[in-house]
Amino acid sequence: MKDEIIIAGFGGQGVLSMGKILAYAALENDLEVTWMPSYGPEQRGGTANVTVIISDEPISSPILDTYDTAVILNQQSLDKFESKVKPGGVLIYDPYGIHHAPTRTDITIVPVDAMEATIEMGQAKSYNMILLGALLKMRPDVPVEAVVRGLKKALPERHHHLIPANEAAIRKGMELVKE
Amino acid sequence: MKDNVKLMKGNEAIAMAAIRYGCDGYFGYPITPQSEVLETLEAQMPWETTGMVVLQAESEVASINMVYGGAATGKAVMTSSSSPGVSLMQEGISYLAASELPALIVNVMRGGPGLGTIHPSQSDYFQATKGGGHGDYHLIVLAPSTVQEMADFVSLGFDLAFKYRTPSMILADGVVGQMMEKVVLPEQRPRRTEEEIRRQCPWAVTGKDHGRTKRNIVTSLELDSAVMEKNNERFQRTYREIEKNEVRYEARYTEDADYLVVAFGSIARICMKAIEDARKEGVKVGLIRPITLWPFPYDAIREAAKNVKGILCVEINAGQMIEDVRLAVSDSVPVRHFGRMGGIVPNPNEILDALRRDFIDKPANAKED
Amino acid sequence: MTREEIIRPENKVYSRPRLIDDNYMHYCPGCSHGVVHKLVAEVIEEMGLEEKAIGIAPVGCSVFAYNYIDCDWIEAAHGRAPALATAASRLNPDKVVFTYQGDGDLAAIGSAETIHACTRGENIVIIMINNGIYGMTGGQMSPCTILGAKTATSPYGRRSDLNGFPLKVSNVVALLDGTCYVTRQAVHTVQAVRKAKNALKKAFKNAIEKKGTSFVEVVGTCSSGWKLTPEKSNKWMEENMFVNYPLGDIKDTAAGLEEKTVEVKKS
Repeated sequence: MKDEIIIAGFGGQGVLSMGKILAYAALENDLEVTWMPSYGPEQRGGTANVTVIISDEPISSPILDTYDTAVILNQQSLDKFESKVKPGGVLIYDPYGIHHAPTRTDITIVPVDAMEATIEMGQAKSYNMILLGALLKMRPDVPVEAVVRGLKKALPERHHHLIPANEAAIRKGMELVKE
Repeated sequence: MKDNVKLMKGNEAIAMAAIRYGCDGYFGYPITPQSEVLETLEAQMPWETTGMVVLQAESEVASINMVYGGAATGKAVMTSSSSPGVSLMQEGISYLAASELPALIVNVMRGGPGLGTIHPSQSDYFQATKGGGHGDYHLIVLAPSTVQEMADFVSLGFDLAFKYRTPSMILADGVVGQMMEKVVLPEQRPRRTEEEIRRQCPWAVTGKDHGRTKRNIVTSLELDSAVMEKNNERFQRTYREIEKNEVRYEARYTEDADYLVVAFGSIARICMKAIEDARKEGVKVGLIRPITLWPFPYDAIREAAKNVKGILCVEINAGQMIEDVRLAVSDSVPVRHFGRMGGIVPNPNEILDALRRDFIDKPANAKED
Repeated sequence: MTREEIIRPENKVYSRPRLIDDNYMHYCPGCSHGVVHKLVAEVIEEMGLEEKAIGIAPVGCSVFAYNYIDCDWIEAAHGRAPALATAASRLNPDKVVFTYQGDGDLAAIGSAETIHACTRGENIVIIMINNGIYGMTGGQMSPCTILGAKTATSPYGRRSDLNGFPLKVSNVVALLDGTCYVTRQAVHTVQAVRKAKNALKKAFKNAIEKKGTSFVEVVGTCSSGWKLTPEKSNKWMEENMFVNYPLGDIKDTAAGLEEKTVEVKKS
């Protein structure tokens, strides 16, 4: 088992922390994992992306050119990464703010109305968790329980009261993926 | 999951490993992409637990001179920075080497020259391995390619520095500094006692105490050229000892290899993916990963090169280590360089393409240019 | 009277301080360094600090201070002594760390290290000999060279329009919250020597008691650099240096560090 994942969007959308929570979940599940962020000023408004690799074997390169799975949060990232999904791979994206939808036919394209759901739920900060839920539905690399345990590791203690809300958002994201 | 397996960034692993080594002091200045070392230490507050001193200095110049002052008192002290900051430290590093002081310097390299970019690079290879500052000296240079090695090389770096009384350097880059992966941190060791320091470092400037009647002076100054030459000869003898004893490298798939990749640090693991892909296609490629960049594994590369048709040196720079690889093999086998610059990290496909272009797809009898 | 009759213990009125080595000093006749070295050695001995004192030597005329004063020493890179002292002191809090620097070393290339050590309030003693010139390299202009003074790099006299104004370092560091004691002394008369010694004692006492940074400036002569006889140098110093660098205490917060800065309000 090996899943090579790119998560990309604007800085501030929770791209890096979504990857981090996924990475901690992999750790909780005794899998090998690497988390390689784009870093620097991107964190403060530009585009941000993180490569997360989850595998049951040791991982060599933390940097890749093609991916099994892409989670896309804005148009720039879609333009950049749509072509980099391996044939047969999965592309999850939020249509909110997307003007040119993905067009490839050799991959599974999964639109998830995460922004809409976030507004509905009144939890702006759970946006990335909804997309994480969609990812877990499409790629059950790790069980949701491991993700919740991962949240405890990834979040500082003072934010632990937010974990139930995050779990709810993850489950909502899973539901949003149409069978 | 085992309790002692943690997930953290390479920079964080350096900080945690320093505390656990029993490091006495860290002095540093923020610079991307290594600021997490200082940030982690300040958050851990080791002065409350092990008694380790952590200080944010006013500059890299001050940082390295604090390291110099601390090392002169026999303490295990370190600093970390990234390329432009390490350039500023070169004067102090030369003084450390000349005064035969143990210390650990971490360079999490970013692309240059100048202010350059904050993104990963390996373009300080020459600076790290050929001296860097003024005068005839070397650092022991360790190149980690995993977060685990970031942690492990803290103790290795300190141990070698104290064994040979010479500063050592961890030469990392933005990839291995910023990425998170699993790591098992070393056990907490106590900091050395004053008594142990006096025993291990009888040269240390500790105040003329405990019956010592002769004063200790740590200095790099010697105006008598005859004595200064003797000092230099002593440094060189130490360097020959280190070359004899401390060469470290990793060899993968070299037994049956038709082509050899030589790469260090983070790019070596990216090369491993390219090598695995090549092997799936039936092309036998092997890897030598120098772990000590100085002393350089000349013999290992010469040996591994005996049965290969070509060597590809992959570096995140314009071609620096390639000079040492060429020294190792002379003209016995073609050596080519592949690299990207300016903060761009080559991906495995680019490396495989370079292998094909330079060697695999070339007719065996093609004339060398 | 024969020589043997004169050299007798009962006739002894003065002896070399125990911690001053019986070495030939390389300082020029009339130089202030020798006197200040003697005072530092006496202070260390009289305060019982022989086992605790760590000196940091500069680059400049006093680069070989470690050859004359019998305590442990580290020789710093040019200007960096306060950085070395910071680490040596923090890592060895039971020791007493002092720097011994000239005005070129401290006020020019080492200005950043000086200001930051002082503002951090490191528990160290900084001693600066201010003779307004780079002595060792052959008499060039230093930041403390006074206006009109002729040096190798201001051969027609220092001009403020070309070279700016003399840097009054003591006044600068006195403004910093980390300093507890800042004083300007001289060693050209017996009376001045006594005062300077008391100032050094106070500074070392502050360091032991962890009161913050003590900064002792000693205005001194450089007969060779000034191209004057030792006697004329003293006169020139009194007439010209003291006008720009008046002697006396500039700051003395006997009660320790003054809490002048205000912390972020807790919300």
